[in-house]
Amino acid sequence: MIPTPDISHLTSVDYNEVYEPAEDTFLLLDALEQDGDTFLQLRPLMCLEVGSGAGVVSTFLAKMIGNSAMYLTTDLNPAAADVTKRTSEQNCIVLQPLIMDLAGGLLSRLRGQVDVLIFNPPYVVTPSDEVGKKGIEASWAGGRKGREVIDRFLPQVAELLSVDGLFYLVIIKENDKDEIEQIMTTYGLQMVVVLERRSGPERLSILRFSKTSSS
Amino acid sequence: MKLITHNMLSSNIIKGVKNGYPLGIQATDVQVNEVDFNPDFVARIIPKLQWPILCQAAESIGHLGDLPKELISDFESNEEFLKKAHHILMEIEVKEGNLVCPETGRKFPISNGILNMLLNEDEV
Repeated sequence: MIPTPDISHLTSVDYNEVYEPAEDTFLLLDALEQDGDTFLQLRPLMCLEVGSGAGVVSTFLAKMIGNSAMYLTTDLNPAAADVTKRTSEQNCIVLQPLIMDLAGGLLSRLRGQVDVLIFNPPYVVTPSDEVGKKGIEASWAGGRKGREVIDRFLPQVAELLSVDGLFYLVIIKENDKDEIEQIMTTYGLQMVVVLERRSGPERLSILRFSKTSSS
Repeated sequence: MKLITHNMLSSNIIKGVKNGYPLGIQATDVQVNEVDFNPDFVARIIPKLQWPILCQAAESIGHLGDLPKELISDFESNEEFLKKAHHILMEIEVKEGNLVCPETGRKFPISNGILNMLLNEDEV
């Protein structure tokens, strides 16, 4: 079993600016851990997490896979990139945190190269004018159906994934997974629901997408 | 920001920029930190790199050392070469400075080792 990353270095001061790991984060960790054997087969080389927040997910992934892969993370909140770096260091892991919007400046060079792609997006249904702020609001405000940021990223997924690459996406029921599946089918990606869990009012799912059929 | 990351970045997210590659490096603070060497990782990542761009980047901040500017053919089995590549890719860190768009001169600041590529609304 992979231990949950140590976040004892983070305080309420950090959590004023950066999303504190919560049920959605831990469900994502469970989904990744469950796919441990898949990663052994896939031998990922290039891993990218968009919206890394406190950095717990990529730190966990790097603990699982080890130093045989490169771990890039992005977040448009500068405080999140800083905390991601500190979390990686606290756990003796090497991550490459960047401040950018989605895959931004990585998109052209990483085309068809990403073996493990992860996005725990701002999925909460909010008024549209709350989307696009650069502080902690960016970690949850999803706009209409909670899909405004998710939908901007979906076209980039097909471009980034390697032939055997896997994309993990956290959603809630309101995001409409059937519609997301339809969109992704048009990009040649198939969807599997890996895990589902109810957490208070949120009905969370972890979706996994791939170009080829996988179990 | 490590040189392996620099190799993967383009500034063509700026409106009107075609390639935006490679980004120039202006470094005011460069640090060298030891990172565990994984020869298998280095051998597998090299084919994904733009090798001349890596050498050019290392040279521009004065850290090329004796790394060959041309990729040798037996790099996968040459541990000495892989060690040198590992050093350039993983151990050299630009702590403070800028990356510079080759087409517009737009600077992206690097602070405490973290690159900021956020754009203003009028640049998108």
